Parts: sequence; C-alpha cells; structure tokens
Amino acid sequence: MSRRCFTCVASGRFPPVSAMPTSTELGYNSKIEGDVVVTRVDAAINWCRKQSLWPMPMGLACCAIELMAAGASKFDISRFGSEVMRFSPRQADVMIVAGTVTYKMALAVRRIYDQMPEPKWVIAMGACASTGGMYRSYAVLQGVDSIVPVDVYVAGCPPRPEALLDALIKLQNKVQKEPVLAA
Amino acid sequence: MAAVELANQLKAKFGELLSVPAEFRGEVTLKLADAERIAEVCEFAKKSLSYDMLLDLTSIDNYGEDPRWTLVYELYGTGHGCHLRLKTEVSEEMSELPTVTGVWRGADWHEREIYDMMGVRFRGHPDLRRILMWDGYPYFPLRKDFPLAGKPTDLPDVAFTKPAPLEGGPFVTVAGGKDSIAREPRVRVPEN
Repeated sequence: MSRRCFTCVASGRFPPVSAMPTSTELGYNSKIEGDVVVTRVDAAINWCRKQSLWPMPMGLACCAIELMAAGASKFDISRFGSEVMRFSPRQADVMIVAGTVTYKMALAVRRIYDQMPEPKWVIAMGACASTGGMYRSYAVLQGVDSIVPVDVYVAGCPPRPEALLDALIKLQNKVQKEPVLAA
Repeated sequence: MAAVELANQLKAKFGELLSVPAEFRGEVTLKLADAERIAEVCEFAKKSLSYDMLLDLTSIDNYGEDPRWTLVYELYGTGHGCHLRLKTEVSEEMSELPTVTGVWRGADWHEREIYDMMGVRFRGHPDLRRILMWDGYPYFPLRKDFPLAGKPTDLPDVAFTKPAPLEGGPFVTVAGGKDSIAREPRVRVPEN
C-alpha cells in the first residue's frame, strides 16, 4: 500500500536554514530536517493530481454558460488548478457534463468519456445532467449516471459558479483520498 | 386592410378551393379544401401576391377526429408587410401531401420536423428524414396517443430510450393561487 520515501525538495535555491521560519502545520523543522520533506506516495501523487484537474467541458446547454462564467475572471476556476478547459478528451482529467443529455447525444458523451485516459472523474453539473432535470420526457436521458460513473453531482438550474467551484473542491478532497497503488 | 384584400385576390384566383377569408384581430386565415393543391396555391401567393417568406409551417393532431392532421402555413410578404395563414387538412389514411420546398426553400426543415414528430409525409421533398429523433426511431413522439414519458426503444450503437419516471403525472400549477405555495407545481388529480 503506502510506503515512506524520501522526496527531495529542489535544493540549492533556498535561503540559509537559520533565516527560514518554521511552520508548525507541516511539522517541518527546517533546522533539523533541512531541505527534505518526507511524505507518502499516495499523498504526493494525489496532491499533484488534485491540484491540476484539467476539465473536459461537455457543455451541452445552459449550464455551459455558468461553466464559462466559472472559467472567466470573476470566479476563476483556474485558481483551483483547472488552468485550461481542454476540449480534447485525451488531455483532460475531469469531464464536467454541463447541460441536458438527450438520448441522441448519449452515445457521443459515452464515447468522449471512453477516450479520456485514466485517472478520470466526472462532475454532473446541474439538474439535467444529474437526474434529467425538468425534462421528464421521451427525448432526455434521465441522469448522465446511466452512462458514465459520476463522482460529484451539483444541484441547481443552473448552479451558480460558486456551486461548481464547491463541487470541484469536493472532488479534490475525493481525489486526495484515493489509493494510488492498487490494493 | 391590405391583408384582407390580398387574401380576397387569392380566393378570387382559386374559387371554391379556398374558404372566405376569416379575420380575427388583424390576422387573416384561409382554409384550403384540398391539400393536394397546396403547392399551386403557395406558388401563386409567392409569385403574384409577393408572399416571399414562409414564417412557419406546423401541424396539429386532431386525435379522434377525421381528418386527423391539420397543417398551418404562415405566410409573410417582406415587401407589403402582410401576414396570411393557410390551413389544410389531411386524413390519417392518406398522411401525405405535396411539399412546398419548390416555393420556399425554408420549408425543408419544417417539413422534416412534421414528418419526425407526426408522421405526415411530403411528396417531392428532397431529403425527407428525421431531424430531431434519430433515423430508425420507431415512433412519432408528438402524436396525442404517444405518452409524454416515452416508450422503451433500443437501436444498438445509435441510441436507446427508456420511459422517464413521471412520479404520478405531469406537475401542474394552479393559475391565480393566492401564494406561491398554493401555486407550486405538483401532481393534481382532476375533479371530474
């Protein structure tokens, strides 16, 4: 499972040890430990993964507008690591299904999900992606979780950008807890 | 009113085929007795009366009545600014009438949508296939005998459908309820 390893922080560019303030949250005493941080593989790799979740925006309907708002300057999703909206599934980590998934589109959504490399996650944004929303009809898929495994659902029609950012933070917490080395 | 005059000219040309123009709040409607001649009537309306734009083409399902389909053509002339409505009826056994894409190219997708949703065919259409649902979908969804929740279908590698859970029926509001709690859309059982 997890093993202790020595992860060396990049050395040579740090101020002298005596001038560095110690930080009690990390339990890191630079006078003793120097330029070395000790952690677990799981924690390190998951930290890297969670802090750079690049979204694949599956923007299908009105929720896509709020997704764009979350990506714009006022709510700025790139503060949380989602620096670029990667429209190529091959380069993305998380697929944000934003909008109504019709039965006609369901196959395409599934195909895009299959093209994403592991590890991948899905956020179902809005009522239509979570459960079919207000459209209880012959043409709308009642929840995208019938075709892809969803990690976080966001309620709202459309959810505010802050709600999407909250979902992203919840996803980050979920990613942090995942075991990296398969049990 | 210029709109009524133009409608009268159209009636004068075609005689008994068209009804007397009915006017209601400024809107003029003509009923066409024989749907087979719709292309002729529209051609004349466009060429001679300069109704150069088809604003809308839609269909009505008169479920339980014969003829079952009513088609409504909304005409508009950008030159004279007058509207005209033409209505024709098609019976269910026939379910077919000539296309007007020869007159206005814009009728193309409207007729495809009517074919997709109601099942009425258009003779002479350049590309009559489904536009909203996928090719191979077996039903016509906007007919009155098709349930809102849909029916299960499966076309492998194309699409599948499942009936949507309606949880007791369409949620209906009460217009003019005294507060929003009374007006909230919920399952309501009709008293009759």
